[in-house]
Amino acid sequence: MKNYLYPMKCRIKAFGITREILNGNELVIELPQGATVADLKRELFGRYPRLTRLSSLFVAVNTEYAPEDQRLTEDCEIALIPPVSGG
Amino acid sequence: MIKITEKPIDIQKVIDATSSLGAGAINVFVGTVRNTAHGKNVVWLEYEAYEGMAVAEIRKIMDEAHSRWPLLGAAVCHRVGTLKPGEASIAIAVSAPHRKESFEACEFILNQIKTKVPIWKKEIFEDGEEWISAHPTTSGSYN
Repeated sequence: MKNYLYPMKCRIKAFGITREILNGNELVIELPQGATVADLKRELFGRYPRLTRLSSLFVAVNTEYAPEDQRLTEDCEIALIPPVSGG
Repeated sequence: MIKITEKPIDIQKVIDATSSLGAGAINVFVGTVRNTAHGKNVVWLEYEAYEGMAVAEIRKIMDEAHSRWPLLGAAVCHRVGTLKPGEASIAIAVSAPHRKESFEACEFILNQIKTKVPIWKKEIFEDGEEWISAHPTTSGSYN
């Protein structure tokens, strides 16, 4: 029960242009327990409005593209995936 | 073979990783850094990867290629770090009994990598820099 009273601390990895927008390759952010990928994006868009101007922004959880309704936990590996341009 | 490396790509090693006595064709694609983009001179490119996920995504793409074509082998090596014009950024090799499937699968793997794999490049011009495809106003056709 106790866990529900406290926010989660999630570590977010940032790459490419998101690393520059966040001014670092990792960010620790507090989110309510049970927060989803969509909640994380909303929080980040509020803090870093430049993220909203990207062509796309996906979130990876444990190195897999995650749907917007996926719930996050403190121990998962979370990364921001701006538009890719490999090759 | 799937490799993300900061060192120059050894193309022969990528080819050798796919060799098979049953192969009638090994199709090899080498992507290189072009010296111009948007009408400006490119001084160098910076490539960056989320390596663990990039390898996992390339693995999925190769599995999909194997399920679509009767391939004997496939290998991908992608360079990261600072690359100058003329240097190879990616090498893909695909071996198959016949050339048609090796051509098709090689192009499929490349196209999927450009769409899905978490690797990013920034073009450094004489008067500025730009993350490719990051914004709607920049052209994705230069990928």
